[in-house]
Amino acid sequence: MDATDQKRLLREMLFARRFEERCAEAYQERQIGGFLHLYPGQEACAIGVLEKARPGHDYVVTGYRDHIHAIKSGVDPKAVMAELFGKETGCSKGRGGSMHIFDPDRHFMGGYALVGGPFPLAAGFGKAIQMRGGDEISICFLGDGANNQGTFHETMNMASLWDLPVLFVCENNLYGIGTAIERATVEINQYKRVAPYRIEAAQCDGQDIDVVMQHAETAVNYVREKRRPYFLELMTYRLRGHSMSDSGAYRSKDEVEQWARRDPIGIYKARLVAAGVLSEADFAAMDQAVQDEIEQEIIPFAEQSPEPAVEDLERYVYVEGGCTAWQN
Amino acid sequence: MAELSYWQAILRAHDEEMARDPLVFAMGEDIGVAGGTYKATTGLYAKYGEKRVMDTPISENSYTGIGVGAAMLGCRPIVEIMSVNFAWLAMDQLMNNAAKIHYMSGGRIRCPLVLRLPGGTAHQLGAQHSARMEKVFMGVPGLRVVTPSSPRDAYGLLKSAVRCDDPVVIIEHEAMYNLKGEVPDDEHFTPLEGSEVVRPGKDLTLFAYNISVHWALAAAERLAKEQGVEAEVVDLRALKPLDRTGIAASVRKTHRAIVVEEDEAAVGVGAEVIAILNEECFFELDAAPVRVHARDVPTPYNRRLEKASIPNADDVVAAARKLLGR
Repeated sequence: MDATDQKRLLREMLFARRFEERCAEAYQERQIGGFLHLYPGQEACAIGVLEKARPGHDYVVTGYRDHIHAIKSGVDPKAVMAELFGKETGCSKGRGGSMHIFDPDRHFMGGYALVGGPFPLAAGFGKAIQMRGGDEISICFLGDGANNQGTFHETMNMASLWDLPVLFVCENNLYGIGTAIERATVEINQYKRVAPYRIEAAQCDGQDIDVVMQHAETAVNYVREKRRPYFLELMTYRLRGHSMSDSGAYRSKDEVEQWARRDPIGIYKARLVAAGVLSEADFAAMDQAVQDEIEQEIIPFAEQSPEPAVEDLERYVYVEGGCTAWQN
Repeated sequence: MAELSYWQAILRAHDEEMARDPLVFAMGEDIGVAGGTYKATTGLYAKYGEKRVMDTPISENSYTGIGVGAAMLGCRPIVEIMSVNFAWLAMDQLMNNAAKIHYMSGGRIRCPLVLRLPGGTAHQLGAQHSARMEKVFMGVPGLRVVTPSSPRDAYGLLKSAVRCDDPVVIIEHEAMYNLKGEVPDDEHFTPLEGSEVVRPGKDLTLFAYNISVHWALAAAERLAKEQGVEAEVVDLRALKPLDRTGIAASVRKTHRAIVVEEDEAAVGVGAEVIAILNEECFFELDAAPVRVHARDVPTPYNRRLEKASIPNADDVVAAARKLLGR
């Protein structure tokens, strides 16, 4: 990877961090409502994996911590922020919210609130790809907590049985909401849990984007070429709470501090600085540019966009004319 | 016009739609090699292969979800859940995903899923194989719910459902698969919205759907012969959305209404139809509308108890006589 791409990746992670932090502020100012699940600490996972896939071509689905997966899939960050603000210009026209970001034009097939709910959807995308005969793959990002749902086991079984081209990415952040993984799960190594389904699997550091990309490349190539599922477990940590209403009482300050030292942005930045790819001053300038973009372009767009019209409340319940469209 | 049984009509709809569109596929438990519990997919496995006629593991929630996902990318899956009771296991994928994705995405993603559900009280199948669940599905925005009472509609509703861009739940009846009836030789599409007057009358309306249409027709026949009463029978057919206009139009003519349902009364089709009558044409009513419905018990195994738990034509006649003061 050349220096330009390395700097771009660092900027993407930094953008993700600042975007989410700005969301937290907007939430506190009540510009964003509902539940808000933020991504800081896990940036190398979505960005590293999708860097090795083909966003806009491959289909991506995830849970409710979905902003960054969407943005890395090519969804306009302005449309994501506008969605969080509940605006008509949002990528889901203000009907979805933080947990339901959609952009089928970018093959970003959504964020979903029910833990484990996207597993079968991802397999269904794989089934559709298989029927159409394309070379796309389906990529499903979920957390370790989702693996205790029945859909995990049911879907792994069928994805393997039917040779569905699905890359399951498990972002293991060690907590299912506020319960530590070892208090909820017998086998804490998630990649081992797909062995009975004869799915190829690997586990790696999710904080070092170079490591993530190396494993993602293997995984993506495997799924694309073999047309079989693959399960990649990324060991990661969220530096913020589960959602904005998280008390944090379930984990120690020490633990959080320890993981903060393995911040994916810090790790990558240090590597690039050491290699002479960029200087501390360059990084500061990059950070400023990212924040300026958010403040000057993204937030004003979300703030100034119109809300959906109340007259349109019942629009989209059904597809307009969807019962009879085929007759035309 | 050929006479087909209900299962043959469903099979014909599958076959025609699968032949027409390579993105139509069927999935469910035992539908392939075994041909389906009620024979509704017999022979399709040999004709279309295992990729399009998929025997699934017994994993209702996730294979329904796979259907949802495939539908989101433009496939037209016809998912059969062997017994409607098992659909409880698929509720998350159906209610949280299929029904809501189009709305949640601001209309950007469609989910043209067809879910076929054999249901109802058949022959001593016991409490966990004898459910009616229409009340559950018809309460959810985003779903369409239809329920055929004849081979013609079993064929025509499935055809329309496959072509529809919304998720459609088709509630069939386990006791009706061998029912015979005329099905047009040419392609026929039964509308997914609207009711149908299957027997015109002027003295009262019997609203029914699925198997209860047959009880209502039998009752109407007896009322005509024994009482000289002309009962109109309306097959509601589409339970979501319900045909408000058709429901009110019939009662504006007859001024009396009975809703006949195999389901328990609470929160059900009858409750909804009567609410519509209140809203649309309350002052047209000459008597308070009533429901003929299942007793509020889990369906018992014992044959006598099972029969006593669901209504029949006698109950409809009795309710009609009471309503008319005869």
